[in-house]
Amino acid sequence: MNTWDDERLERIISIVLRTGVTISAVIVLLGGSCYLIRHGYELADYHVFRGAPEEYRSVDAILHAMGPANCRAIIQFGLLLLIATPVARVAFALAGFVLERDRTYVVITSIVLAILLYSVAFEH
Amino acid sequence: MTNLEFTPLVLAISMAAGYLGSLTGLGGGVIVTPALTLLLGVDIRYAIGASLVSVIATSSGAASAYVREGFSNIRIGMFLEIATTLGALAGAYLSSRTPTSILAIIFGVVLLQSAWQSSRGALRDLAAEDADPLATRLKLNGTYPGDESMRHYNVSHVKAGFGLMFGAGAVSGLLGIGSGALKVIAMDQVMRIPFKVSTTTSNFMIGVTAAASAGIYLSRGYVEPGIAMPVMLGVLAGSMLGARQLIGARVRMLRWTFAIVVAVMAIEMIVSGVRGS
Repeated sequence: MNTWDDERLERIISIVLRTGVTISAVIVLLGGSCYLIRHGYELADYHVFRGAPEEYRSVDAILHAMGPANCRAIIQFGLLLLIATPVARVAFALAGFVLERDRTYVVITSIVLAILLYSVAFEH
Repeated sequence: MTNLEFTPLVLAISMAAGYLGSLTGLGGGVIVTPALTLLLGVDIRYAIGASLVSVIATSSGAASAYVREGFSNIRIGMFLEIATTLGALAGAYLSSRTPTSILAIIFGVVLLQSAWQSSRGALRDLAAEDADPLATRLKLNGTYPGDESMRHYNVSHVKAGFGLMFGAGAVSGLLGIGSGALKVIAMDQVMRIPFKVSTTTSNFMIGVTAAASAGIYLSRGYVEPGIAMPVMLGVLAGSMLGARQLIGARVRMLRWTFAIVVAVMAIEMIVSGVRGS
């Protein structure tokens, strides 16, 4: 096992995680402020489950709804980035194992990545 | 209640949950869902959707620090993530087919278990066993920084640990929590991985596990921006504060007080579930 490469991989993963969380928190905060300014006096009623509107339920729909007029889509975009952060972490780990020529872990990491992409990219 | 009243209230509850969750090691998600449903009457599906998102934020934030310190084992994490993500998919599918009253009861039971585990404090490392041949083949055995030099450890019972991780993933997907407690039991008690490596690697895996169910939650409309926004920001801020707090003698007291509060919430969840069905 090449420890130098593993250490380097760990450093990169650490940076990916921190950056992802920070950027998404900032976007959610911006979207949230915008939402409160525009919809602050509307009623918050979440006692009965209706489900978030369709435009906030998939990657395509959220990207489509994004814009300065739609604050909730901005929040949802920030949350999408947050969900993408662990996915990016796995993708970076995959690249690392490819560079290390560690075939077993290339396979293992690919399986995890496929499961994640199946969940996030498709509608269920 | 208007959004201008609802949002700060949820933010405050989530901060408290994140703070206590990180001080006690329970995680914020497991506390924020009962708080939102019991105190504010939020539908449990909105609560678990928001909680799951906050779990990704806190675990990724914390994992970033642990990875750098060299305690977490990327290979163990990656291998076991096959089990946790498959479990999470199964749990998330099951979640939308389970009546909310049953969800509340299951949540209460898991909460009771967490309270009990947390009141006992850190698990003690069991005696190390010989490495499982499978662990050697998968290069799971590793080292971690000891007091003076790097310490080596072996990993045992790989198959049993893998099976338990599927269960931990399913609970995570079903209830929108990190289920870190279950992951630690599987690694520390079954696979005989040192406690410090188990807890940090578990934290590392929580975000990936949660992301696997997040896609399904999103499609089903569980992630409502109006709730997820204050919950995610609050839990994240609270857990960052909690992580900075010095761990002193008062933690024992706090742990006990907290275990009692969580147990009361757990029983209320079960009662509300039984009444609802």
